[in-house]
Amino acid sequence: MASYDTVLRITEENMRFYEKVRKLSGENLNLCFQCGACSSSCPLTFEMDLLPSTVIRLVQLGREEVLNCKTIWVCSTCFNCTVRCPRGLDVAKVMEALRQLVLRRGVDRMNLSAIPDDRLREAPQIALVSSLRKFTS
Amino acid sequence: MRFPYYPGCTLKSSAVNFEKTALASAEALGVELVELPRWNCCGAVYSLTSDDLIHHTAPLRVLIRCQEAYKGGLVDEPRLVTLCAMCYNTLRRENAAVREDSERLRKLNEFMDKEENYECGVEVVHFLTILRNLGLRKISECVRQPLDGLRVAPYYGCLLLRPREVSVDDPENPTIMEDILEALGAEVVDIPYKAKCCGAYHGLVGDEVVAELSYRILRQASERGADVVVLACPLCEFNLGRQEVVRRRYRNFKPIPVVYFTQLMALAFGLPMEECGFEMNRIDPRPVLEKKLYR
Repeated sequence: MASYDTVLRITEENMRFYEKVRKLSGENLNLCFQCGACSSSCPLTFEMDLLPSTVIRLVQLGREEVLNCKTIWVCSTCFNCTVRCPRGLDVAKVMEALRQLVLRRGVDRMNLSAIPDDRLREAPQIALVSSLRKFTS
Repeated sequence: MRFPYYPGCTLKSSAVNFEKTALASAEALGVELVELPRWNCCGAVYSLTSDDLIHHTAPLRVLIRCQEAYKGGLVDEPRLVTLCAMCYNTLRRENAAVREDSERLRKLNEFMDKEENYECGVEVVHFLTILRNLGLRKISECVRQPLDGLRVAPYYGCLLLRPREVSVDDPENPTIMEDILEALGAEVVDIPYKAKCCGAYHGLVGDEVVAELSYRILRQASERGADVVVLACPLCEFNLGRQEVVRRRYRNFKPIPVVYFTQLMALAFGLPMEECGFEMNRIDPRPVLEKKLYR
């Protein structure tokens, strides 16, 4: 991921990415002052490569490579971060915007045909619909 | 009192035990839940990106169907009752969003030109809220088979509680299920992870994630001596119920039954055990229920 010797050099390209995420999420990402409440509330950090607060920081700095991280796909949209953020930043909306920026390139993160038949038979519809909504373009 | 009722897809298939026991409980309490004559899938998740309007048509159409049912005199109140936590969350957020943003509502109304316009008069509630409004005394009065001696661990998951503006109770420390289960005679076991995620949509492909999260939640319930875990979401039921996945990771894990709160409520209200749909629960709760309740 980002090497921190360059993080303070913010280019126009960085600004464009920041602006894209801001618009798509509808959130003012500069509210975040890196307290880490989202990361400590998140029940899924054990599977993540970046903490949620790190993801937010990288977006603030306009680092588009954040789209390659695993974290945005591990997020289960449980809204713990959203409820606990002392600055009122809806972190779940930011995660969704980042997922959408990848999915809208026409990339799928889930292969339906790879799911075993018995799993598809026993899974409730809400499991199918929600994972298709979150992981496919 | 006749309330409009939205079942959603899952309650008509893998969670028919949730629906059947909820309807039986409501009937015992004198509440009539009238299924909307027409309804569609709500979309399961509320769309979070600012430019995506198309995914808002499905939940809004459900609200319009409720409006039609109310205007047509099929129900006494425009309060749409839901059972599935995901449907509840999606529909309730949709309602709030169009109430707040008249431009968004105008666009959606115009786009859905076969339906009447939505007039924002519907309120979306969860069945738990209806129960709380009826009062715990009323619930206790309907009990025919008290759940004495049964140790239950309520589990809320995410979508009944978050975000804050849709929460059925205090999002950090909810007690609505505890209060109701106590009114049925059960002994409540508190678990610190009662509002933590079970893995949600990872249940379809992400066994490792679900196994870890389920283990944390279920182990707390077992260690604190719970006989069953009680919940209100078919996706949580799927994730927490597939305990063979947990056992693959944690050999010493002891399975614990997971049931819908309405199944215990219907049982307490006198519905025979064989009609509560316990055979559909992935870990059979009947042995422990028989042991504890029919000693």
